[in-house]
Amino acid sequence: MITLKYFASLRSIAGKEEESLDITNPITIDQLSDIIAQNSPKMAEMVREKKVLISVNQEMTADDTLIRDGDEVAFLPPFSGGAI
Amino acid sequence: MSTTTFSKVRIQLEDFSVTDEIEAMKKVSRNIGGITTFLGTGRELSKGENISKLNFEHYPKMAEKKLEEIREKAIQDFGVIDMSIIHRIGPIEIGENIVLIVAVGEHRGETFKACEWAIAELKRTTPIWKRETTTKGEVWVQDTP
Repeated sequence: MITLKYFASLRSIAGKEEESLDITNPITIDQLSDIIAQNSPKMAEMVREKKVLISVNQEMTADDTLIRDGDEVAFLPPFSGGAI
Repeated sequence: MSTTTFSKVRIQLEDFSVTDEIEAMKKVSRNIGGITTFLGTGRELSKGENISKLNFEHYPKMAEKKLEEIREKAIQDFGVIDMSIIHRIGPIEIGENIVLIVAVGEHRGETFKACEWAIAELKRTTPIWKRETTTKGEVWVQDTP
């Protein structure tokens, strides 16, 4: 089972704060977005278009990151930043 | 403030005392000759909109981890003696403290550089989000992609 967390503005897009998914084998970010698309197409689209940052176990992901059973995946909107 | 509970990287709901934080950092070394601080506070006007309230949210564990990485890199790359980083979360009123960075070093040069780098890096890499309440409603601020 993996845990998905949605932060800040993404909570209302995903319609939830957190959810759990059962996976049998390691999956890629693309495969995860396909699963998310079933319940939240807009969220999946943002993932595919890289409009959100994704972390796995509190580390930012790369294109080839694999998500394994027990992982915590977080969807992070761009950070608040601020003008200099 | 008790030195036994003093943590140099903190994310907290409650306000902090700038004076107490500076005094705590001064105790780190007798070789400190320069201290630079950055204090971020709640601003009333943002992009032409009047803000009545701010609210900060973070990703627990990851945000603290990022702040600790920034602190360690500041010490390593800029040669400061130490650095503390404190960020508040939750509701924040206009004019209240939001974030404090204290860089201490032997001389001023490295502390200025480290402090400026650290706040930019914090805003770029730390999962903290700001929600502004304006007359038009609530909006999440997303300046940095």
